[in-house]
Amino acid sequence: MTDSKYFTTTKKGEIFELKAELNSDKKEKKKEAVKKVIASMTVGKDVSALFPDVVNCMQTDNLELKKLVYLYLMNYAKSQPDMAIMAVNTFVKDCEDPNPLIRALAVRTMGCIRVDKITEYLCEPLRKCLKDEDPYVRKTAAVCVAKLHDINAQLVEDQGFLDTLKDLISDSNPMVVANAVAALSEIAESHPSSNLLDLNPQSINKLLTALNECTEWGQIFILDCLANYTPKDDREAQSICERVTPRLSHANSAVVLSAVKVLMKFMEMLSKDLDYYGTLLKKLAPPLVTLLSAEPELQYVALRNINLIVQKRPEILKHEMKVFFVKYNDPIYVKLEKLDIMIRLASQANIAQVLAELKEYATEVDVDFVRKAVRAIGRCAIKVEQSAERCVSTLLDLIQTKVNYVVQEAIVVIKDIFRKYPNKYESVIATLCENLDSLDEPEARAAMIWIVGEYAERIDNADELLESFLEGFHDESTQVQLQLLTAIVKLFLKKPTETQELVQQVLSLATQDSDNPDLRDRGYIYWRLLSTDPVAAKEVVLAEKPLISEETDLIEPTLLDELICYIGTLASVYHKPPSAFVEGGRGVVHKSLPPRTASSESTESPEMAPAGAPPGEQLDVIPTQGDLLGDLLNLDLGPPVSGPPLATSSVQMGAVDLLGGGLDSLMGDEPEGIGAPNFVAPPAATVPANLGAPMGSGLSDLFDLTSGVGTLSGSYVAPKAVWLPAMKAKGLEISGTFTRQVGSISMDLQLTNKALQVMTDFAIQFNRNSFGLAPAAPLQVHAPLSPNQTVEISLPLNTVGSVMKMEPLNNLQVAVKNNIDVFYFSTLYPLHILFVEDGKMDRQMFLATWKDIPNENEAQFQIRDCPLNAEAVSSRLQSSNIFTVAKRNVEGQDMLYQSLKLTNGIWVLAELRVQPGNPSFTLSLKCRAPEVSQHVYQAYETILKN
Amino acid sequence: MPVMRVPPNAGAAQPQKMIHSLFLINCSGDIFLEKHWKSVVSQSVCDYFFEAQEKAVDVENVPPVISTPHHYLISIYRDKLFFVSVIQTEVPPLFVIEFLHRVADTFQDYFGECSEAAIKDNVVIVYELLEEMLDNGFPLATESNILKELIKPPTILRSVVNSITDYEGSSNVGDTLPTGQLSNIPWRRAGVKYTNNEAYFDVVEEIDAIIDKSGSTVFAEIQGVIDACIKLSGMPDLSLSFMNPRLLDDVSFHPCIRFKRWESERVLSFIPPDGNFRLISYRVSSQNLVAIPVYVKHSISFKENSSCGRFDITIGPKQNMGKTIEGITVTVHMPKVVLNMNLTPTQGSYTFDPVTKVLTWDVGKITPQKLPSLKGLVNLQSGAPKPEENPSLNIQFKIQQLAISGLKVNRLDMYGEKYKPFKGVKYVTKAGKFQVRT
Repeated sequence: MTDSKYFTTTKKGEIFELKAELNSDKKEKKKEAVKKVIASMTVGKDVSALFPDVVNCMQTDNLELKKLVYLYLMNYAKSQPDMAIMAVNTFVKDCEDPNPLIRALAVRTMGCIRVDKITEYLCEPLRKCLKDEDPYVRKTAAVCVAKLHDINAQLVEDQGFLDTLKDLISDSNPMVVANAVAALSEIAESHPSSNLLDLNPQSINKLLTALNECTEWGQIFILDCLANYTPKDDREAQSICERVTPRLSHANSAVVLSAVKVLMKFMEMLSKDLDYYGTLLKKLAPPLVTLLSAEPELQYVALRNINLIVQKRPEILKHEMKVFFVKYNDPIYVKLEKLDIMIRLASQANIAQVLAELKEYATEVDVDFVRKAVRAIGRCAIKVEQSAERCVSTLLDLIQTKVNYVVQEAIVVIKDIFRKYPNKYESVIATLCENLDSLDEPEARAAMIWIVGEYAERIDNADELLESFLEGFHDESTQVQLQLLTAIVKLFLKKPTETQELVQQVLSLATQDSDNPDLRDRGYIYWRLLSTDPVAAKEVVLAEKPLISEETDLIEPTLLDELICYIGTLASVYHKPPSAFVEGGRGVVHKSLPPRTASSESTESPEMAPAGAPPGEQLDVIPTQGDLLGDLLNLDLGPPVSGPPLATSSVQMGAVDLLGGGLDSLMGDEPEGIGAPNFVAPPAATVPANLGAPMGSGLSDLFDLTSGVGTLSGSYVAPKAVWLPAMKAKGLEISGTFTRQVGSISMDLQLTNKALQVMTDFAIQFNRNSFGLAPAAPLQVHAPLSPNQTVEISLPLNTVGSVMKMEPLNNLQVAVKNNIDVFYFSTLYPLHILFVEDGKMDRQMFLATWKDIPNENEAQFQIRDCPLNAEAVSSRLQSSNIFTVAKRNVEGQDMLYQSLKLTNGIWVLAELRVQPGNPSFTLSLKCRAPEVSQHVYQAYETILKN
Repeated sequence: MPVMRVPPNAGAAQPQKMIHSLFLINCSGDIFLEKHWKSVVSQSVCDYFFEAQEKAVDVENVPPVISTPHHYLISIYRDKLFFVSVIQTEVPPLFVIEFLHRVADTFQDYFGECSEAAIKDNVVIVYELLEEMLDNGFPLATESNILKELIKPPTILRSVVNSITDYEGSSNVGDTLPTGQLSNIPWRRAGVKYTNNEAYFDVVEEIDAIIDKSGSTVFAEIQGVIDACIKLSGMPDLSLSFMNPRLLDDVSFHPCIRFKRWESERVLSFIPPDGNFRLISYRVSSQNLVAIPVYVKHSISFKENSSCGRFDITIGPKQNMGKTIEGITVTVHMPKVVLNMNLTPTQGSYTFDPVTKVLTWDVGKITPQKLPSLKGLVNLQSGAPKPEENPSLNIQFKIQQLAISGLKVNRLDMYGEKYKPFKGVKYVTKAGKFQVRT
């Protein structure tokens, strides 16, 4: 008789019947009934209604029955916490049972019940179990601490359980060690700020010892824990590596990959000249290859990680190309990953083999795979110059097969090959043109059109070819439309006489009949170029193009470094940092590779700059409080917080007007004689009065909102400081400062793209802050930010945002988004940007208020080394809205009585004592909100000393 | 384009680590078992999995990691079953996959097979096992030896499992603690007793290879394992040495092996688990060491604009070290346009499945005097274009008494116990993923 009998049900109320059986007097019957209940549970039936009846069976001497009841409890304890309390007494009693199995069961199940009342009862039994003589009980108790911490962290700390847990790392039993480490690392991860696993050489040594002792699962936890440590120098890094390398031979692939992570990270600190460095490189290859002979699921994860490793250190696997060759019965997800790695490993030495393989794959059945294989051939051509010719001929062979999707992919990659090796393989164009009609995918059509436009002078019927595309212009995708526009303009510049009509046609299609702003803009620009200065147009449109880079899909270096720290995790599978996809209210701590530091006399050259930020610096920029992150994530970055997006509309309108007007005005004096056709002006919305205004300067006036700001008289403006280094924002560097001018506050930003890819879609958001600072308009970055480009933006701010008191008071937490990711930083703003213009208090009022504010609110500060006299001080402070209300001379000292008002209406009164000849001033501040005094003092310092 | 997602449980309980729930799903898409280690997660989460499964068409092609708005699904496909685990936060996927395979191994070990029927028949044991294997998402006990002491296998097998001597009534729950847990060798229990003390080792090597059209080797390597069956009383300490240990430069060890001894002396020194286990697995990849025991002569052609083609393959021995090659099977996935095949084998028998288009030829063994061949006509769908792709041949074979890499066990020594054990080593070479392109 098997357990399947428990699934059979009777017609009348099943629950009712089970209830009766559970309450039976016969032990056997009870047990059978509980088994039935569990069988129902396994198929997802809700049997929680039986809770009281099942719990009643708990007090029994029969171990099996007891275990079954516990199984039931474990499933429902969480969803039925109130009923679970009924079982508490039995739990406590079972924790004292002479049988360690029962003790462990009890403490384990208790930890699953998330009710505060229960946790009180749990503490004592747990304490005992943590010190139980039996390791089985201890290891269960170790996990229970993590469970309890999840329910009530404070309690766990108060009860000293964490220290006991730390002691268990040195337990004599490997399973206990494993679970203690697991529990500690879970707790540490949910509380990144607690330095629970404060890693220092001593604790590291303890962990490394435990590594040899504990079970495979514990080894994974320990290795992941070690990976968070940054050794103090290369010697320590090497000694840890030496102790970790044996793990590479473990049968558990998760252990292997975690070990690889530690080694890859610490290797960063080793000098490449070291013999050990080479040894380590050699040791890394075999285990990685071995992962590929495991089950396909494991292979997939391994391959995603190898993809990162190959990009970081290609030398490790450079001789292992063949293991990535695809077998026809590999699952598709494995095939695609292998292919990707093959291309990364392709080099002159192995290109012949690789190409032969790729050609083989291109005749397989699976369409996705075939497409990728064809693309791979093109990428090889671009990567390995010597192979380009062979690649092109392979591609031509494939085009001859006439298999539709193969042809299309081949044309797309041939376009890239033309870009990389101009004027070399144009002989194949004729073959390509034969397949024009079969192209139905936008990417392939766009590629073909590009080729026709680029080589128009060598294709006799280029105009006919392009014209044929033009017929269905509006049905084409944007990609094709843009490409067609450009191609026809190129054609016109090359063969102006025959193609006037064609170019006129495409320009009007693009500018008048299209709703797509990109297309329209490009159309206008070409139109204007052609109409003003065809020679210039030729220079622009037919300019020599920069060669395309070897590998376009490399992961950007700072991101790659971060991902290396996440080898083996989901992040490594998705090739995105956890912050991009992991849910939850935890603060995200970005990891970075350790910088290389030599222990003794460094033999390194200075250009071997550290690849990562020094440890410890990571935490002060990225806020770690969970709630902050939550707040920022909850905010919507799209629309501005308040007020209409003035900047946008005005700029766009202006640009259109100017274009229209500019073109109109230029129509008259168009140069003739170069065979330029007579252009009809594109329709302009309105024609502004200043027809002759040169478009360029007009635009720049409009775009360059920042020009002039800060040079006018106004509050003191600090020089821009780097707020967000590129390292931490995947290549986006943000520096900035705050200004206040004629009553308006702005944040002047400088965005620099230090990544390899173009950045777009910028947006900014502030977290709630002490004075309600918020962007008054969205962040306007008008064009995509290309690599190495810098843009200056002035972001107007208002003070009507949500208020939350920050620590320090002038702390501002900011989220900036772009197409790559969302980044967070915090900065301190100088308080004087909040000093309002009407901050001058009436004398009488000043006196009354000064008296009114209690003396304990008075704060005194010294301003040293300020060479100014009272006059100068007064005028300088005034320009930053600190107003001198009165001035007295007492015993040769100038006493300045000053007032200022903050945006939120708080008044600050000041008495500044200036002694002629003494560069030290005494500043007394009185304010009803004394916490601002310190910051006002800092504002004084800043203003007076700059 | 990153999405700024509002965290679903911001401010609520901390996200849970590790494996949250497990669903077992059969090939027809029924969830027939679920187990939750934390709170109960609704079955509807599996809809994302079904969606991916539908997209993948083939069951083997379902991606092992799937993200859903609130969870990640990490799955394995074993023995026609999907083991789908639900994860809520960042967790090493390999960890989960390894664990799932371990669960499947345990079912296999306990019930003789890992099938829906076996699991349903033993659902209570399955539940007990799962609970014992994972606590709060942390793997607790995954060693078969220990599990078997905590939870006894079902009755039919119980007599087979020699270790259990006394248990009360019909209970399948061990009432004592696994002794292994007390020692520093968690893989072995104390007090093992046998009347016949035996130690057997199987050296099994599989050749993975891709052979191209012309018969030259594109890629070849050997995946080897040494599986042990150790039935020794007490606490034996074994040393296994090889004639040519230098062959083994890429190895994965069972945790019982002392790594330091291997590093310094190239000897496998260990206190073995009780019963069957995999001692090491290894890989031999240098091309010159990988002998290819068979060759295939093939000619598969389809005529343009005609509804038939020719098929002709012959198999012969190559570097077989003078041993007999047996158990040969050839499987070919024919192109879709193939309707039927009309072939004649010189030996063995063949089948062609017109639905899956799989041709299977059960050859048997090769006698060098008369090489086995299979030839005949291929019927194609009329009017369809001639197939572009050429089918690959998948070859299975077996060679007894040979480790193709040349690996040889030198001797086995036992310390720590007085008795004289019976020792034995067997070698076998098989085809792994052995493919011939045409």
